[in-house]
Amino acid sequence: MNYVELLSAAAPETMVVLAAFAVLAVGLFAMRDVEPAIRRLIEVMIGCVGCTAAIGWMVALPQHTDLLGGIFVVDSVIQVVKIALLTLTILALLISQDSDFTKHVGEYFALILMAAAGMMFLVSSEDILFIFVSLELTSLCLYVLAAFNKGQEQSAEAAIKYFLFGGMSAAFTLFGLSLLYGLAHSTNLAEIAVAVRSAGLDPLVVLGIVMTLVGFGFKVAAAPFHLWAPDVYQGAPLPSAAFIASGSKVAGFFITARVVSTGFAGQLPNQALPAGWPVWASLLAILAAVSMVLGNFAAIVQTRVRRLLAYSAIAHAGYMLLGVIAQGTPATASLVYYVITYALTTLGAFGVVAIVQQQTGDDRLTDFAGLARRSPGLAVCMMVFILSLAGIPPLAGFFGKFYIFSAVLQGSAPGMKALWLVAMAVALSAVSLYYYLQVLKQIFVVPASAEKEIHFRTPLLQQVVLAVVALTVIVLGCAPEWLIHRLTGVTAVAGL
Amino acid sequence: MSILAWTIYLSFIGAGVLLLLPKDEPRLVRGFALVTALAGLACAFCGTLRFHPGAIATVARTRWIPSLGIEYYLAVDGISLTLLLLTGLAAVAGILFSWNIETRTNEFFAFYLSLIGGVYGVFLSFDVFLLFVFYEIAIIPKYFIIAIWGSTRREYGAMKLALYSFAGSAMVLVGLIAAFVLSGAKSMSLLELAKFPFPHSFQLWAFPLVFVGFGILAGLWPFHTWAPTGHVAAPTAASMLLAGVVMKLGAYGCLRVAMTLFPQGLDPWGWTVLGLGSWRDVLSLLAVIGIVYGATVALVQRDFKFVIGYSSVSHMGFVLLGLMTLNPFGLMGSVLQMFSHGVIAGLLFAVVGRMVYDRTHTRELAQLEGMSLNTALPFAAATFTLASIASMGLPGFSGFVAELQVLVGAWHAYPALSILTGVGVLIGIAYSLRALLKAFFSDQPASDQTVPNSGLQHLELSPISTPERIGATILVLASLLIGLYPRLLLDLIGPSFGSPLFDGLRKCVGSSWS
Repeated sequence: MNYVELLSAAAPETMVVLAAFAVLAVGLFAMRDVEPAIRRLIEVMIGCVGCTAAIGWMVALPQHTDLLGGIFVVDSVIQVVKIALLTLTILALLISQDSDFTKHVGEYFALILMAAAGMMFLVSSEDILFIFVSLELTSLCLYVLAAFNKGQEQSAEAAIKYFLFGGMSAAFTLFGLSLLYGLAHSTNLAEIAVAVRSAGLDPLVVLGIVMTLVGFGFKVAAAPFHLWAPDVYQGAPLPSAAFIASGSKVAGFFITARVVSTGFAGQLPNQALPAGWPVWASLLAILAAVSMVLGNFAAIVQTRVRRLLAYSAIAHAGYMLLGVIAQGTPATASLVYYVITYALTTLGAFGVVAIVQQQTGDDRLTDFAGLARRSPGLAVCMMVFILSLAGIPPLAGFFGKFYIFSAVLQGSAPGMKALWLVAMAVALSAVSLYYYLQVLKQIFVVPASAEKEIHFRTPLLQQVVLAVVALTVIVLGCAPEWLIHRLTGVTAVAGL
Repeated sequence: MSILAWTIYLSFIGAGVLLLLPKDEPRLVRGFALVTALAGLACAFCGTLRFHPGAIATVARTRWIPSLGIEYYLAVDGISLTLLLLTGLAAVAGILFSWNIETRTNEFFAFYLSLIGGVYGVFLSFDVFLLFVFYEIAIIPKYFIIAIWGSTRREYGAMKLALYSFAGSAMVLVGLIAAFVLSGAKSMSLLELAKFPFPHSFQLWAFPLVFVGFGILAGLWPFHTWAPTGHVAAPTAASMLLAGVVMKLGAYGCLRVAMTLFPQGLDPWGWTVLGLGSWRDVLSLLAVIGIVYGATVALVQRDFKFVIGYSSVSHMGFVLLGLMTLNPFGLMGSVLQMFSHGVIAGLLFAVVGRMVYDRTHTRELAQLEGMSLNTALPFAAATFTLASIASMGLPGFSGFVAELQVLVGAWHAYPALSILTGVGVLIGIAYSLRALLKAFFSDQPASDQTVPNSGLQHLELSPISTPERIGATILVLASLLIGLYPRLLLDLIGPSFGSPLFDGLRKCVGSSWS
């Protein structure tokens, strides 16, 4: 290994970090007296250019590298995930372009880019130490992003909650990983896998696996470790919440799946457990089931759209954990497909909420009343996002569900051990239609309240961005083959 | 045959164009919607003329998601053609009866046409995944049409309908995913899956799951409760479509998916409980309960539209009973009943919702009694009389042929149940006559105590408009035509049951198939 090699493999990350520095520098030296709106525009543009360059690099130069024995791995699936992360970052930047909650514009955008770089490092590692470091890099940026609206108590509360829960989860993860390290005398996941396999049902291994998974469970907001999510979704500045809800989900689920499939998958099934599953699968099955039930039923009673999205995110985390349980190529591909389309959809929904909140002052369900009249384009976009989350064809959310559920059943063949989980997931997604329709009911059915007649202004840039995202959700749902092909054709090579 | 695919495309394109048309030109919008629906009907009709009975004609077939073996596969047989024709007729009639929609006209017809497009899609799909996609596409427009333009308790009715439909499709989805995975996850084509020998034990639970999932939308007792509230809450055109074609989606799914893929699910369990020895016994019993229960409840309704709503449940019971007879008479009768009920229910809802309610603003039979509507609205009275006769199953109309066939089929399979069904038919005559007499031909003048706003009695009711007359005439003629010359459809439907799709069903225990 030499540094040129390392640099060329990590070029996309480098570009993003450089863009972050450029944003900071421009804010610090060149534009101290420029109007905030223009500063925001220019700095968003710099960030977008950096991310686009990174995407371009990966599209132009597909790579397969494994540096330093798993510390930095690049293959085509990882590249797809990184491209998705960068796209989400660009969208998050564009959404925040119009928000004026802070004067520290440069720092804000730089933090988003730093978090993105952290996520990119996170998804490319197969080394537990490096995974932990990247996880913390990402999380620290996200804590600050959540706290960025200093004028609002909610934001501070959200950030504190997020920080405390996040710190605790980091402790769990570190504890679990240290046990695994002690067992394998290596930080490499593949070697841990060997050790796990030979150790059988040693209580220490079980404890290590359980602790690690509990830590990851916090990160992806799976119940019962979800308590931070509703407050962060509600209280954090909207673009931060959108980024936490989308980008960090993609990275979090991908790395969970990778740690499980590379590190733990070899563990022998535990005969004491009813389904004959290994410990990690049983634990994940419980987390998935609890998340689906709790997320869907708690979402029903929400009166604020951001909180509703938070609980729906917990439910979706449950569906996605099913994809982690099922092992094999189709399962990983389906999980990545699901999480990418889910993140896009959620980001789009947050984009709509951002505009509505800016115009009406709040994000209560009733603030969406009559949106179809006030801004038909926005209403149609929101309909696409919400119906995709509900899993209505031909949108991406439906295909994602179908794909992940069929992969889970395939993975648990021949006895279809996971059938009860799939049946439960499908049944609960029928429940979810109720609260999703509540949002659409406000938008399309209920007329806007008369006393609060506002001149509704939809910023052009955001409107175009949202329309593009909505279109992508439709296209990915109607023609999923394009993405699947990239995810399956190459996962087999990567040996996931 | 590719012209049939245009039924789907035209509807969706039409829906898109409607949203772009100017908002203040309702006449243009209506006209455009009508032309689109007529074009769809014309396509369906052309397709029927070119069709050779007994065949399975491919309409379109391309690879869609090759890694999962899912195809975009449209095809027709006689059963789907019959239902395509019905959809075309109901769509045209529905638009004629919503000529008075003035608020948010563009959106109304856009939702309407996308619903129609979804329905056409279901009837044309021969890939189960595709069928399911269209099936779900049809749910969402229904919600909005009812919630925005409906009447009594519209939001409740709409939500109930959407959740019932979605719960049903969730059951179907579980069964389909399991079947897909069991068959090796290589194809979702109906023909391929029907050939795959699913394990007997799997079929025994997958069949009821999928059948009941679809059956919910077909008004299967005791999961029918969405139907009356949904029908009542819906605007006229939507009630016509709901009863006319959407309930048929469910029945069609039962026949096309549940019964063809999992025929062994109908086999006896090997033990009996309360005299029921198989899912077939259970479902036939539920169907008959539906017939009798729907009719009995319709007999005591005070709201005119609820009478028709429950009558739909009763008539759909015949469809499900016909399916469970597993003999040619019953199955053909069942499909014919789908067509017949689609036309007749459309007509009944048109009279109640559009001709009467939109003018008198009441559906209380007690209030209508005092209005002597037979003199105020002679055309409505005449139409409703014809429709009631058809609905009672008197000879000359399509209902007679269809229900008679189902009864004959049921007599072979379940003699005791067919007697109960006969009772249901008698109650059907009773509630139709009661509604007819109370609403139109009551000779008792309204007493002011029972009718709070009896001033309506002397209110000038606007005369029946031309679009209504045309729509009613189309539907009456369709029912008469099939009633007098049922072979038109039976020749289409009958040979289709000989196709390889139904091989499994023919081998089923207890089926009497020549």
